[in-house]
Amino acid sequence: MNGAADMGGMMGFGPVVPDAETDPLFHAEWERRVFAMAIAMARTGAWNLDMSRFARESLPPAQYLSMTYFEIWFAALEKLLAERGLVRADEIAAGRALLPPGRVPRIGQPDEVAGILGKGKPGTVRDVEKPARYVVGERVRMRNMHPATHTRLPRYVRGRTGVIELNHGGHVFPDSNALGKGEAPQWLYTVRFAGPELWGAGTDPALSVSVDAWESYLEAAT
Amino acid sequence: MPPARPPHAHHDHDHDHDHDGGTQLSEIDLRVRALESVLVEKGYVHPATLDALIETYEKKIGPRNGAHVVARAWTDPAYREWLLSDATAAIAALGYPGGQSMVAVANTPTEHNLIVCTLCSCYPWPVLGLPPVWYKSAPYRSRAVLDPRGVLKDFGLDLPPGTQIKVWDSTAEIRYFVLPERPEGTDGMDEAALARLVTRDSMIGVGLPLTPAQAAQ
Repeated sequence: MNGAADMGGMMGFGPVVPDAETDPLFHAEWERRVFAMAIAMARTGAWNLDMSRFARESLPPAQYLSMTYFEIWFAALEKLLAERGLVRADEIAAGRALLPPGRVPRIGQPDEVAGILGKGKPGTVRDVEKPARYVVGERVRMRNMHPATHTRLPRYVRGRTGVIELNHGGHVFPDSNALGKGEAPQWLYTVRFAGPELWGAGTDPALSVSVDAWESYLEAAT
Repeated sequence: MPPARPPHAHHDHDHDHDHDGGTQLSEIDLRVRALESVLVEKGYVHPATLDALIETYEKKIGPRNGAHVVARAWTDPAYREWLLSDATAAIAALGYPGGQSMVAVANTPTEHNLIVCTLCSCYPWPVLGLPPVWYKSAPYRSRAVLDPRGVLKDFGLDLPPGTQIKVWDSTAEIRYFVLPERPEGTDGMDEAALARLVTRDSMIGVGLPLTPAQAAQ
């Protein structure tokens, strides 16, 4: 969707304020708890990664832009739980359960956490039967599309022409997975754009920007 | 809802949490505690799981993992080649977590790489741990793809004109990180000493590795 999370190319947010590498990653205990609750609830299988991303990016723009990062995570967690009837808003207000628990696919155990930083095959890699439509070096145009649902195609590259730089094999397709319509894996590519193609004449010609894009985001450039 | 603040305040220090051991809790602190109580009461999560998750992500991963990977690549040409062709396997071979598809992109004298996630906060956890606040903030996400030279100047990095800048927007589950150039004057240094020159920011692309003189300070 064309939400506030799709920030590439926006202006007016001011300078980036660097930190020191030794600075804490969390600035209050509640941020740690939100982080851990979001990871733990995701591992129950009550929703998938793409559903949780959509819950964050579909927050109303004025709200999204006025919240800190972990406030966004918390608001999305409340929304995901409420949508599934797992925790209602009045239960959070009360600080206790007012309804019996809902069903989640699995409950994680503390001793599983040691293995959580996965080994082996990355989580979204899948086989795709049909051959890749594009080859490295080929020119492609990003579709001009504006789905109201989840997509990982940023606005700033839509309709722009670039070159296939890498082929990453088959990966779960977020636009489908976020809707609960299955993983529908597709070929995933890196597409590289020249700066002026994205930002117009006068752009530093020494700039290029690459995005990762699923095959259905692309069409052959004519 | 908490009161509105400037967009993505750079640091969250403005929360009225109990910095000084006081007892006043912010509204969000109370709501977060309430939700945790409900999740535990309903049996969805085990409290020990939450503690273990925090411990794991805060302490067991971090940029020292990546520094080791970079230092190995600087000292072992075969490893460097492996890292650039199959970073997922090359990183796992040093004992660091798998589970994410990794790509290492190498800086050269004429090309500088910069990593961003404009849509959210995708970051190479296996080598760098959790992202810093600025990486997740609107100023960085909006401007890294439009004005990367300006962003680098915010970090005090002024690259020579003509240096090719390659920005990698992590829009899928591929996780990029930068293999910076080995600093000059490091010929006799071993892997452990070299790893101390490798900063987190140099692996995101917003900085360069330390020189031996900077590291000695």
